[in-house]
Amino acid sequence: MSEQVRSTSRNGAEVATGTVPAGARSTVAVTVNGTHRSAEVESRRTLSDYLRHDLGLTGTHVGCEHGVCGACTVLLDGTPVRSCLVFAVTAAGHQVTTAEGLGQLDESGDPNSLSPVQRAFRDCHALQCGFCTPGFMTTITAGIAENPDPTRDEAVEMIAGNLCRCTGYQNIVDAVLRAAELAKDPAAPLTDRFTEHSDAAHSADQDADGAGA
Amino acid sequence: MKPAPFTWHGPRTVDEAVAVLAEVGHEGKVLAGGQSLIPVLAMRLAEPAHLVDINAVAGLDRIVVDATGVTIGALVRHASLERDDAAAAAQPLLRQALRLVAHPTIRNRGTTVGSLAHADPSGEMTSVLTLLGGTITARSARGERTIPATEFFVGPLESALAADELAVSAHFPAASAGTGSAFVEVARRHGDYALCGVGAVATVDPAGAVTGLRCGYLSVSETPLTVDLTDAWNSGDDAAAATAAAARAAVDPLPDIHATAEYRRQLAGVLTVRAAEQAVAQAVQRVGTMGRDNESGHNEEDRSA
Ligand SMILES: Cc1cc2nc3c(=O)[nH]c(=O)nc-3n(C[C@H](O)[C@H](O)[C@H](O)COP(=O)(O)OP(=O)(O)OC[C@H]3O[C@@H](n4cnc5c(N)ncnc54)[C@H](O)[C@@H]3O)c2cc1C
Ligand code: FES
Ligand code: FES
Repeated sequence: MSEQVRSTSRNGAEVATGTVPAGARSTVAVTVNGTHRSAEVESRRTLSDYLRHDLGLTGTHVGCEHGVCGACTVLLDGTPVRSCLVFAVTAAGHQVTTAEGLGQLDESGDPNSLSPVQRAFRDCHALQCGFCTPGFMTTITAGIAENPDPTRDEAVEMIAGNLCRCTGYQNIVDAVLRAAELAKDPAAPLTDRFTEHSDAAHSADQDADGAGA
Repeated sequence: MKPAPFTWHGPRTVDEAVAVLAEVGHEGKVLAGGQSLIPVLAMRLAEPAHLVDINAVAGLDRIVVDATGVTIGALVRHASLERDDAAAAAQPLLRQALRLVAHPTIRNRGTTVGSLAHADPSGEMTSVLTLLGGTITARSARGERTIPATEFFVGPLESALAADELAVSAHFPAASAGTGSAFVEVARRHGDYALCGVGAVATVDPAGAVTGLRCGYLSVSETPLTVDLTDAWNSGDDAAAATAAAARAAVDPLPDIHATAEYRRQLAGVLTVRAAEQAVAQAVQRVGTMGRDNESGHNEEDRSA
């Protein structure tokens, strides 16, 4: 059984209205990374499962499925939201940006063709296993658009809602600052400020140990 | 971790929404931002047969600021209210508390009216609405009624809304002259629900003496608790200790995996003094600014000279 969720235009935005009986599927159309996509899904389908299972966009990761970890964060009409806490049917007619939509390597494979946030993660070694990375990158993309000049404290605040079990966060904080720099000047040189941050902290610890011994 | 099947309704108007609610009654739930409801559905703590998704309902996303205060529609997201400068000017406690509601990403989606309807005694805005003496307006096919905060929160996660009612708006009274406010809390991690939180509203007279101090609490009682601490605050030499003691005596916390009841009680005392000091300082500053504004009016000739 298939029901059509009507899309009506209001204030230029398409919105989903109608009724979908329990267990039935309806056609849910969403603009994902600039492309019109649609799939037949039950109304209990979360946006995260819709993206991964129905559209095959597995760049959005799913960790906790109850809003705590942030791995599933996507941009809904440009604003970061947990895609595990939005039903696909509610997102019908809206614009979604996933990690895949932030940037893709060009044919030459030049890493500089990636988006500022993607380049910054590469520059600052801001990922290890990569599970949390899509959620951080979508969050930071919107974060530096809103605040193009974050302080280190503001960078910490920006990513405070996302969990990472590997990195210890410091390199991700660096990546926020580096991404802000690259967004303003794509040719900004990679300075010691980012690459030597952890080395410097490490040798300072060793000095302290040495002094104590 | 997947919700059970439900019939989805996507009304476009409040009338359509309340007509569906009237039809489905206790089988139905309103879906606003989904930031509390979807986790509940995913964990199968609830399996409503019908969801009335109000996200496409027209006219519910307005913030109206006037002399009486701030009125917000049911689709105003926490983040929109937090960013609204006119709302923050009319009632500073709104932004002071909203900053502490979950993480920014949750605030982008969760609605303030939804968090009131959810009636979680750990929610910042339930305690703010009660402390300020605000109201909630609900609509059903039977008509409209306005419910004072003191009658709205019936128990933990239980509001006075009937099954067929949609909360359409909430009203937060404006800060009156000579008042200051503050909101402080302690959580295990940044953005988590607070172990204890305290909102304070202080009133001072033109000479700077405190004529009123009221505090609102979260996570230490079954429904949002408001306590008048004016006498304790004005009780002489060790007023801070007396205020903390009065706060500890007023709260009724329960232990859970995050903290013991005793620890929460201790926090209530400490945070009350912290919030009160900040609120009084802001009130004094606001009274002072008003005074200075008047003076600068008199000094106009001097400046031009
Ligand atoms: C990780 C995480 C951390 C959080 N931390 C905090 C926190 O620290 N403090 C805090 O206050 N909140 C916190 N929240 C909850 C958040 O604030 C929710 O957004 C809010 O409680 C509910 O608003 P909502 O719009 O998402 O409502 P929904 O989840 O859509 O609905 C919640 C309940 O209210 C009912 N409801 C909603 N709107 C209406 C209406 N207009 N009329 C009638 N009934 C209605 C629903 O039927 C449902 O029962 C957190 C959430 C998450 C996921
Ligand atoms: S999977 Fe959505 S927040 Fe964890
Ligand atoms: S890199 Fe592994 S969880 Fe963040």
